[in-house]
Amino acid sequence: MKTILPLLKRIAYSLMLLLAVIVLNFVLVHLAPGDAVTAMVGDMGGATPELIAELRVEYGLDQNLPTQLFKYIAKMVRGDLGISFTHNLPVIDLILEHLPATILLVMTAFFMAILIGTVLGIIAAQRPNSLFNHLITVISLSGYAAPVFWTGLMLLISFSYYFPIFPSFGMETVGFRGTFLEKTFDVLKHLVLPAVTLASIYVAVYSRLARASMLDVLGSDYIRTARSKGLSEKVVVYKHALKNALLPVVTMAGLQFAQLIAGAVVVETVFSWPGIGQLAFNSILRRDQPLLLGILFLSTIMVVVTNLITDFTYRILDPRIK
Amino acid sequence: MSNTTNVTSMEVEYRPDRPLVEIWRMFFANKAAVFGLVLWTLIIFTAFLGPVIYSTDPFDLVGAPMEPPGEEFLLGTDYLGRDILAGIIHGASVTLAIGFSATIFTVIIGVTIGVLAGYYGGWVDTVLMRVTEFFQVLPALLFAMVLVSLFTASLYLIVLAIAVVTWTGIARLTRAEFMKIKEREFVLAERAMGARNTRIIWKVILPNALPPLIVTMALGVGVAILFEAALSFLGLGDPNAYSWGYMIGSSREYIWDSWWAVTFPGFAIFLTVLGISLIGDGLNDALNPKLREL
Repeated sequence: MKTILPLLKRIAYSLMLLLAVIVLNFVLVHLAPGDAVTAMVGDMGGATPELIAELRVEYGLDQNLPTQLFKYIAKMVRGDLGISFTHNLPVIDLILEHLPATILLVMTAFFMAILIGTVLGIIAAQRPNSLFNHLITVISLSGYAAPVFWTGLMLLISFSYYFPIFPSFGMETVGFRGTFLEKTFDVLKHLVLPAVTLASIYVAVYSRLARASMLDVLGSDYIRTARSKGLSEKVVVYKHALKNALLPVVTMAGLQFAQLIAGAVVVETVFSWPGIGQLAFNSILRRDQPLLLGILFLSTIMVVVTNLITDFTYRILDPRIK
Repeated sequence: MSNTTNVTSMEVEYRPDRPLVEIWRMFFANKAAVFGLVLWTLIIFTAFLGPVIYSTDPFDLVGAPMEPPGEEFLLGTDYLGRDILAGIIHGASVTLAIGFSATIFTVIIGVTIGVLAGYYGGWVDTVLMRVTEFFQVLPALLFAMVLVSLFTASLYLIVLAIAVVTWTGIARLTRAEFMKIKEREFVLAERAMGARNTRIIWKVILPNALPPLIVTMALGVGVAILFEAALSFLGLGDPNAYSWGYMIGSSREYIWDSWWAVTFPGFAIFLTVLGISLIGDGLNDALNPKLREL
């Protein structure tokens, strides 16, 4: 019971956050000039005032705001995110269709960044004044300062044009036929550049964080005890120190997941990766409000779920937290 | 680097009567920070005097399309025949204007919320922190994209959108500092003497909370510049402002034939953000010598 209660509390709180996002979406739509009907009519190339009034009734825009808000929430909770004007399909179907590609990209970049960042950070922490340490500082600052879309374009120019190792766009070769294994390899080849681009920002963050927290942990009493027992440096660093040094990295990684998804929007645009970022970009070009707001809502759900997972990973890594 | 800061940080403790001089000296002892300062001096110089010295209008079609860097056009031309160098020079002021004004708005929102939450505590704190957490789960860039695309894109809207999606960091930091400082003896003494809340907040606590805030503000300028670049790259920028992000976005279809049209503006953004990050790190070392390793 002791472990289940905080879990339920967290879940209830997460649901409140999502409800708030729905309300925010509603407020934004109503603050924006024009309404759904105006946009639709604009798309159709004009309509008579009678038709406009009819559409308003049909979409419930003639009712008062609280009623509209209530109906909107009820709709969203049922998973009905509206209809995309441009695709003429339910927003939820469009998003679910593009979601796997984004999850593949974001997860690959996420683990790549944590792994590389932690390894770099730990090596740097063991040799505080070495050249390697300074090199890591330079890498991390550069990864942070370069706009992510520019990093992507530079990688494209380098490794897709001048050294044509990787394909330049999409997730698979058009018309590619082959066994499952060959297809997987084809997707992996497409995945490398976008994933490296997206990971580049976070490698910077995690390596600095891992370095700082490793230095902190290595200076603590229990590590001195471990060393004085005569344990080898390897055992001390990887068995005793690593677990504690990872805590801040895990927290930070979880907290930054929202930004990782946002970063994916830009990266997907650069590499024409067929995920929700690409979808968001197209919906902006065509002023497809329901689609864009649906994407904002669904990516927030992803963030909230990841935060929950992070929270529980943290509890497993650090049993002191109750 | 760490050795020199160590020595000077000890001197600070011996000469508390001249803190600004010491901060100044520590900052200048840091080579990376000085490099950042040099970069920013150049960028500010370019923003103010560049257009006077190099007056070519970045929107003008002055040459053949996609001309490689060479004698006539130092950095080449884009797919329409616009001068890249002119774009970079004229884009500097747009970048700086956005960077600074967005940071000012971010600070106004963040500090106000952080002060109220940290100083008053209780239910005010609970409510404001819930709001902050709410903004933190929204993917910032995506939210900014939504804000800008729902309304008509202009520099003001972009500045506001950037502030709305980035204030949470400053708010949390301000709150933490206020919660820490408000329990200190000199604050309690002020309160015992009957000082009003406004005096304690602005005259007593805030000046003591400034060092970490200044560092975060410097880094915030970099964040704002990156946000503007990304929005402009995605085609959500102000159509009347020639910004570096816009240059990259408009030329990205042509990268195979004119790499220079995206490489140079991106490098300009890179140097600008790198410069302000180095300055921020340098200020961090100089203002909070004890937190150097963080």
